[in-house]
Amino acid sequence: MITLNGVHKSFGSQRVLNGLNLTVPAGQITAVIGPSGEGKSVLLKHMIGLLQPDQGDVQVDGQSIVGLRRSHLNLIREKFAMVFQNAALFDSMTVYENVAFPLEEKTTLSKTEISEQVTTALQEVGLREVNHKYPDELSGGMKKRVGLARALLLKPEIILFDEPTTGLDPVIRRAIHQLIKDTQQKFGFTAVIVSHDIPDIFDVAHQVAMLYRGEILQFGSPHDIQTSEHPVVRQFISGSLDGPINSGAA
Amino acid sequence: MRMQIQALGRWALTLLQELGKTGQFLAYALYSLVRRPGRPVHVLKQIRFIGAKSLFVIVLTAAFTGMVLGLQGYYTLTKFGSEGMLGTAVALSLIRELGPVLSALMVTGRAGSAITAEIGIMRISEQIDALETMALDPYKYLISPKFIAAMISMPLLCAIFDVVGIYGGWLVGVKLLGVNPGAYFSEMYRSVEWKDVYSGFVKSFSFGVIIAWIGCYKGYYAGHGAEGVSRATTESVVLTSVLILIWDYFLTSVLL
Repeated sequence: MITLNGVHKSFGSQRVLNGLNLTVPAGQITAVIGPSGEGKSVLLKHMIGLLQPDQGDVQVDGQSIVGLRRSHLNLIREKFAMVFQNAALFDSMTVYENVAFPLEEKTTLSKTEISEQVTTALQEVGLREVNHKYPDELSGGMKKRVGLARALLLKPEIILFDEPTTGLDPVIRRAIHQLIKDTQQKFGFTAVIVSHDIPDIFDVAHQVAMLYRGEILQFGSPHDIQTSEHPVVRQFISGSLDGPINSGAA
Repeated sequence: MRMQIQALGRWALTLLQELGKTGQFLAYALYSLVRRPGRPVHVLKQIRFIGAKSLFVIVLTAAFTGMVLGLQGYYTLTKFGSEGMLGTAVALSLIRELGPVLSALMVTGRAGSAITAEIGIMRISEQIDALETMALDPYKYLISPKFIAAMISMPLLCAIFDVVGIYGGWLVGVKLLGVNPGAYFSEMYRSVEWKDVYSGFVKSFSFGVIIAWIGCYKGYYAGHGAEGVSRATTESVVLTSVLILIWDYFLTSVLL
């Protein structure tokens, strides 16, 4: 379980998180939705300790990760994997080397075992015959799928997805969502997905949190969010141009 | 007036903060060298990049530096009738001063800038964040191998610079200007002491630390986008070059 209590974060004069409170339940998929530039990725980076809050606390399984030494933080990070918005693949490594890297560094598996696991992981995300390609030879969608394969491979307890399907075609998007849903059911990990894929994300998530102006405006089941009476949530879900999000009068 | 004082205060605070961050980076990098030195294969890869691939530019620079020293030295020494001391003049200039400094400046331009650009691009494309989320220490994978490689490569490159430079001076002095070949080497052998060689190596070793330190630091904290990396690379080369010259003065005054 991940808990954020009264988290404030500013970059210079720009306030991004404003006393945010959120509890991510263990073993479920929680989606974080909200307008662009509202700090969804910043929120995700706080959960894994890539960013430290100016004020407030972040706890993973009851243990605070704020101000921890790198070595202690790394012990907590062993539970995590993260899929980045732009995949964050190592550009000097091939696809195979990218996916194999965490296995080579963190396990004692033989080369044959690593090779088998990498091939299976890449096939699961629908990639074949790309082992020897470098990231800059892949399309944006293919990079995302390689990033996803790399994250799923170590079977972590918690996976953070930063817009895993943005920029993908509808078929691949649905396939990735299905893959996340299936693997989550199979392994039972906790997932946090930052997404703009409305309404697709409601089929994937167990819980949805709406982030607006640095706070969680509403948290509940996909049904709760879809039937919300809050004007900001309603406008965001319907994609309407008229409403408090545009006028800034929420 | 109040605004100017405030601006000055802000500038001083920023400078102090930056200095603290730079020092902290060096301290953690040196600590990581002991605790997490990285895999030998990563270190070897960096030695190849910083050391072996700098060889051509080092040899070229050394040859012409030695030749100029031979030329200038000959015309100065003939005024005093002591052209037999040419070997000593060339060797001492190279071993104590020009070898370590010029080889460090060449490596700064070739490898220091590339280190900053490489780490800077990894920073802005979230590759460093990816390492951290895998609970892998970026210092172990990125920083330590570069420090070790620079500390090993620089004294070796300096030694090559010195030898090539001495033969450059010999080519001009002995072969072109007719200095006695026996005098060139025997005077050199008589005058150059172990202390001179030692001080040259201490200098080049510490210049290796400076190149890796500033190169890695500027890349690690590069700003946003391509412009951020470009600015970091420029700052890295300028700051490293200036630091090398300043540190050279202090070391010379201590080691003399």
